[in-house]
Amino acid sequence: MANLTINGKTFTIDVEPDTPLLWAIRENVGFTGTKYGCGIAQCGACTVHVDGVAMRSCGVTVSEATGKQITTIEGLAAEGTLNKVQQAWIDHDVPQCGYCQSGMIMAVTALLKDNPKPTDQDINDAITNICRCGTFQQVREAIHAIANA
Amino acid sequence: MNKHVLPQLNRRAFVIGAASVGAGLAIGLDLPFGGPSVVRAADGSPEVNAWVVIRPDDTVVIRIARSEIGQGTLTGLAQLVAEELECNWSKVQTEFPTPGQNVARKRVWGDYSTGGSRGIRTSQDYVRKGGAIARVMLLQAAANEWKVPVAECAASNSVITHTASGRTTTYGKVAEAAAKLQPPADVKLKDPKDWRLIGKSVKRLDTADKTTGSVIYSIDLKLPGMLNAAIKDCPVTGGKVKSYDEAKIAGMKGVKKVVKVGDSAVAVVADTWWHAKTALDALPIVWDEGENAKVSSATIAKWLAEGLESGPAYVGNQSGDVNGALAGSAKKVEAVYSYPYQNHAAMEPLNATALYTPDKCEVWCGTQNGEAALAAVLEGSGLPADKCDVHKHLVGGGFGRRGQTDYVRQAVDIAKQMPGTPVKLLWSREEDMTHGRYHPITQCKMTAGFDAGNNLTALHMRISGQSILFSLRPEALVNGKDPATFAGLNANGEAAIGYSIPNILIEHSMRNPHIIPGFWRGVNVNHNAIYLECFIDELAHAAGQDPLAFRRKLMAQHPKHLAVLNAVSEKIGWDTPPPQGVFRGLAQFASYGTYVAGVAEISVVDGNKIKVHRMVAAIDPGYAVNPAQIERQTAGSFVYGLSALVYGGCTVKDGRIEQTNFDTYNSMRIAEMPKVETIVMPSGGFWGGVGEPTISVGAPAVLNAYFAATGKRLRSVPLRDQNISFA
Ligand code: FES
Ligand code: FES
Repeated sequence: MANLTINGKTFTIDVEPDTPLLWAIRENVGFTGTKYGCGIAQCGACTVHVDGVAMRSCGVTVSEATGKQITTIEGLAAEGTLNKVQQAWIDHDVPQCGYCQSGMIMAVTALLKDNPKPTDQDINDAITNICRCGTFQQVREAIHAIANA
Repeated sequence: MNKHVLPQLNRRAFVIGAASVGAGLAIGLDLPFGGPSVVRAADGSPEVNAWVVIRPDDTVVIRIARSEIGQGTLTGLAQLVAEELECNWSKVQTEFPTPGQNVARKRVWGDYSTGGSRGIRTSQDYVRKGGAIARVMLLQAAANEWKVPVAECAASNSVITHTASGRTTTYGKVAEAAAKLQPPADVKLKDPKDWRLIGKSVKRLDTADKTTGSVIYSIDLKLPGMLNAAIKDCPVTGGKVKSYDEAKIAGMKGVKKVVKVGDSAVAVVADTWWHAKTALDALPIVWDEGENAKVSSATIAKWLAEGLESGPAYVGNQSGDVNGALAGSAKKVEAVYSYPYQNHAAMEPLNATALYTPDKCEVWCGTQNGEAALAAVLEGSGLPADKCDVHKHLVGGGFGRRGQTDYVRQAVDIAKQMPGTPVKLLWSREEDMTHGRYHPITQCKMTAGFDAGNNLTALHMRISGQSILFSLRPEALVNGKDPATFAGLNANGEAAIGYSIPNILIEHSMRNPHIIPGFWRGVNVNHNAIYLECFIDELAHAAGQDPLAFRRKLMAQHPKHLAVLNAVSEKIGWDTPPPQGVFRGLAQFASYGTYVAGVAEISVVDGNKIKVHRMVAAIDPGYAVNPAQIERQTAGSFVYGLSALVYGGCTVKDGRIEQTNFDTYNSMRIAEMPKVETIVMPSGGFWGGVGEPTISVGAPAVLNAYFAATGKRLRSVPLRDQNISFA
């Protein structure tokens, strides 16, 4: 049994402590917005916030996440209003297949919290998610639009 | 000629047409555009016809037969219907009718396959007609109600107006009556100059849920009582399972069952996928790898190289007398290029959920070919078409991989061993990387001749390598030849070479290793464009001419090819020098009925790191349904194609693919992405594809720029094997 605090709610789940947080979120808690892409912390599809820091949840175990505040993509618009990254994603028609975009949005949300006006170089350094559809141009454009709003 | 024997894996959607509904239906398209007995959508709203459902609140639901894999086809197809329907775009929704419904309704929605950049171009006529016929019926229903001639009524934005009296009604109010009318036998489609929605960069219809994590891709599906399966197929294609020791994982948490899948794979079924995968990793499996385990990249390369020099070859394009012209030439240039296997590596790993009972089998999956997926369900379950169906989900990337149905069949084979229990089969990324349907491997030897006046007189291209059709669609071979291998190099047609060279011979020596090839975004144009466009660059250099001027001289008879090349040259300012330290490369190519050109501006850092600063592309797809989405497809195709150029390449050792995840099969990140500017320049009069054509020019433009920067030709892919990476 483990307790995970996700999007402000505590979930008690029957899971081994070494289970990757990704699979606990997807299968035991049931939030499927967080995606599996590689399982080895390469692609960023599984990015969530752990105590406000963007982390690849496939590389974090349940025991490491216990007691921390976890936010998933479902938690960004918890009040029913999209956060500004989500809104910018709509305004700039960023997603193609969309599969990487939960992770992308989580990574960008974390970047903008720390650095509300990132330069291109800041974006290059912070956003290392894979997008096989190749939406990077719109991702960059949307980040700048948020920063300049 | 074909040294390695392939496992039999041919399974066509014909199964559905021939075995289940009668052969005739699979050939012609039966298109009842509505009719006296009203067909109702699930919520009870009337179908005006198969393409259009209208709810009382004026919501218009447009049926989309093709798959949405990220390429934007769903939105583009809806634009086509809505253009003719004259409906309120802000109230348009879409839905996918299932392949089973299509079969039951005599293929009323036509072809479901979504590959070859065909989604829009091969259905645009009948989907527009679907919209137009619905509009005519709605107008007629209003005219009947008002008892006025229909000619006095006009429709716009889902509102019908009787022009004489100024009376109005809405589509939602007359839809019920319209659905009861006899559809007109024929309708006239709008003149393209009157289009208001086609050609407009409207926003995609499927974005909002992609920003909140609420899209249910098939990997996200939950069904009551569902179990999860992880699978391992023999690492060597063609090999089999010899044995596995189930006892070793007995008692592992959550494990429900271990099942053999076909004769080559083992799956563990558990409560969660994580449990299934953990147990599968612990399960000892002994493989009978067979003869193919002796194959390596080196043996394949050697075999292909032999094909460049000897043995029979199929002729794809021939005019004049190449051998004579080469023999008599004043100067000869020769080069050998190669292109490797590539994995699709869509972000969503392959998966499918199946529920089997002795009298029904249903599958939920992302697929690029719903009907082929249904055929796989039929075959796997042994049930007839009216007892099977496939529920299509939005897809987390396809790129051609999900046109195949191997993963669907596996899911059915597993579910069949657990009747009544829905089982979701998910491939690990490692399984996905090592059991792909790979971009075919090829080599190419090119020889060109110049006369004494430095004019190009002869070009001989001999491609040696794998045929996709041989493995996946042998019925499409023509006397053993794979015509698709000449994409972009044909004398004419929708993928024709853009140069006039007096003596030309382009041939393909077919060699099919055991690695199963597949349709990988752009397909044969990826290597063909590198071969032709890099070699043309070499020839320009050999002739001491500017690469643009050299090309132009050969392109007078190819105005559409030339127009896109001119457009990128002008935009980049080819005649003015690039910034200090920056170098340019050009490419042009035609495929999928579309003309494209690209120019890259790069610099080379530390001798082996390529910084791609900027790419300009031009694309003429005839008609451009949604220019903003075309721009995105162009930029995305460069990410995909340049990732493959620099980081890609799948190698073979002991018969298996060596790359297992993104650590060894990397993909371009945002830092490496150039600025991409796309000139969308539809010239009208034809319908070309969009998702794939532009990928052809990205790699050769960068390679040609690399030569401009360094004086070195890079003739094999991937560049990482030559210690070159992105800066
Ligand atoms: S799934 Fe975690 S980084 Fe790829
Ligand atoms: S939008 Fe498809 S992988 Fe990023």
